[in-house]
Amino acid sequence: MTIASSSPPSRLPLGSAQGAGTKSRTRRARSRESQGDGRLAAVFIAPALLGFLVFLLWPTLRGIYLSFTRFNLLTPAEWVGFDNYVRMVNDPIFWSSLTVTVEYVFINIGVQTVAALAIAVLLQRLTQSALLRGIVLTPYLMSNVVAGLVWLWILDTQLGIGNEIISAVGVDRIPFLADETWAIPTIALINVWRHVGYTALLLFAGLQAIPNDMYEAAKVDGASEWRMFWRITMPLLRPVLAVVLIMTVIGSFQVFDTVAVTTAGGPANATNVLQYYIYGSAFGRFQFGYASAMSVALLVVLSAITVLQYRLTRAGRTDLG
Amino acid sequence: MRIRNLTALAGALALSLVAGCASGGSAGSSANTVTYWLWDANQLPAYQACAKGFEKENPGLKVKITQLGWSDYWTKLTAGFIAGTQPDVFTDHIQYFGQFADLKVLEPLDDLGMKDSDYQPGLAANWIGQDGHRYGAPKDWDTVALFYNEKMAKDAGLTAEQLNNLAWNPEDGGTFEKAVARLTIDRNGRRGDEPGFDKDNVKVYGLATNGGGFGDGQTQWSNFAASAGWDYLDKPRWGKKYQYGSKTFQSVIKWYFGLAKKGYMPPLSDYNVQSNQANTQVAAGKAAAAFDGAWMISTYAGFKGMDMRTALTPVGPTGKRATMMNGLADSITKAAKNKEGARKWVAYLASDECQTVVGRYGVVFPATPAGTRAAIAAYDKKGLDVSAFTEPVADKKHFRTFSYPIANYSADMTALMTPAMEDIYGNGKPVSSLDETNDQINLILGQ
Repeated sequence: MTIASSSPPSRLPLGSAQGAGTKSRTRRARSRESQGDGRLAAVFIAPALLGFLVFLLWPTLRGIYLSFTRFNLLTPAEWVGFDNYVRMVNDPIFWSSLTVTVEYVFINIGVQTVAALAIAVLLQRLTQSALLRGIVLTPYLMSNVVAGLVWLWILDTQLGIGNEIISAVGVDRIPFLADETWAIPTIALINVWRHVGYTALLLFAGLQAIPNDMYEAAKVDGASEWRMFWRITMPLLRPVLAVVLIMTVIGSFQVFDTVAVTTAGGPANATNVLQYYIYGSAFGRFQFGYASAMSVALLVVLSAITVLQYRLTRAGRTDLG
Repeated sequence: MRIRNLTALAGALALSLVAGCASGGSAGSSANTVTYWLWDANQLPAYQACAKGFEKENPGLKVKITQLGWSDYWTKLTAGFIAGTQPDVFTDHIQYFGQFADLKVLEPLDDLGMKDSDYQPGLAANWIGQDGHRYGAPKDWDTVALFYNEKMAKDAGLTAEQLNNLAWNPEDGGTFEKAVARLTIDRNGRRGDEPGFDKDNVKVYGLATNGGGFGDGQTQWSNFAASAGWDYLDKPRWGKKYQYGSKTFQSVIKWYFGLAKKGYMPPLSDYNVQSNQANTQVAAGKAAAAFDGAWMISTYAGFKGMDMRTALTPVGPTGKRATMMNGLADSITKAAKNKEGARKWVAYLASDECQTVVGRYGVVFPATPAGTRAAIAAYDKKGLDVSAFTEPVADKKHFRTFSYPIANYSADMTALMTPAMEDIYGNGKPVSSLDETNDQINLILGQ
């Protein structure tokens, strides 16, 4: 009776068949175990869930509610139906902000993705140096505000060292951050400078997942580096590239700090990106209802773009194996 | 049991976090502390000295002063009103006063018994809200004058007397424009009033730029517009109609930004609110003169190797000179934790006693006549002639002083006027475009 002695006696009713007893015991033990797992899981999930509810779900729902109100933060919100959305559709500054933001995202993401991909491939194919990888990442260690201020000083039309060099070479000074046409591309490139290393590192990690024997096999077949890039690297990197793109596009749409410190939305609204306009409406003009409506619009735009990107790039599937 | 304990712990932690956030701001304020905010770091020592005097007079009461930069100041104050972490007393600006009074976050100060005659003319009355209650106790004032580089003026053959007797008009700019042209030098050393002057390659501009000037033009175009007889609003206080659509105003703006087209003032693209304001242009030797406020006196005086002087604003078409006379005040917040202490502190701040102490530091002109006199003496001791700032206040016959526009929806006005002015200055949009902007602002104001 070794089995009986190892189990609590009450769980082994006298007279029952030994086999049946063992079976029912195991089932019970398993269900008790899984119940224990469930509780433990709940404990581990609880902090994240709490954070999600408090910091994401509740603010989102409340933001959507506020977009239907007139609200100045200090007096109670007043329900106004779709007024804020009607105003938004008729607000030329909203549309110009959206256009400016899209222009920024195109330049920022376009240049950044190509440059990051080039750096990542070079890192993978040419060198194993951890030092180089570290150097590539350094601009990312700087805060956005500091990067913005440093570039502002470098690029100042009258006093910046960048413009001193340009004028010393004999070229006219360029009002990088103070001219309608230059300002958005300049801000976009400042942020490329800061983020390209980080993006390159993400892509580099993706490249590491591509089995080396593919390149070796291709080499044996006499393929050039160029051909290997297009036939092996790009197709196999696609899922990672897609996720990186989705992340960077969302981040890019939220550009704010660089604009705030370099141009404050000027000259003449030329860099008044959507986030900055939302911020100004809310915290400068106390129009939290209208600012919420514009935030909801941004949420819709970003969701649509993300779904579209996900579909187009088949980000969920891999071609490997 | 263990799981329930953990859940309870997590809950307690979350609660304490929330509670911690809510009570975080009350740290430091208690029954015998008054919290006070200001933004000008230059003035901090003066007000610390004043607080010392206050604490001596009111044993047991302490003043805790916090200084925050201008741009963080208002954001933090707004956040403070919402979260209940606002100071008991803070330095208030006309630009924000209307909005705060409207949001009912300020405490009326009627029972402090302030009289208009106790302060420089006009200062006290500006802090009466539309409801007839007083919300601010006058603390200081500032005016605008022309700072110029003495050596550059001498090289141009301009004397202090000439620069103090300039006149302008919107047609040809008068002697003021002639002087500014004279002070301008191009790459080849030709002056702005000489034949062959290259306006696209200017080495030193006659007049520095402080940008488009938002909706107030305090250190940009306001002295010209006012000396041409123009007013911001249809009424001196709490008007319902802005007048940016006025032909007089638009002719002034056209002439003023026209100085940049002629090469006498830098283009908008040379200006940056962070990196290159008018005083920086002067300090870097890129401009010979700049209109700036009294709060900048010590900044200009501190330029190394430069002898900076000041001159009066020019005489305008009305035959008078003009300058904005803006004053700050101290306000008590409605939710102040120590209202009794706050009242005492504000009454003390507004008194001759405190303002004379502040005046002696020579960093600002206090609002009471005695405080102003103390400041003039202190500047004098430092070797600084500040008569270009004080004369307009003393001599109403030859000068017109006007206040920052006092109206509701000031933030909306600024948000609409800023790009409109930049469009004219930077992108050459016609001044008549201000008609539409003016209508938009008045629409908001009329609601």
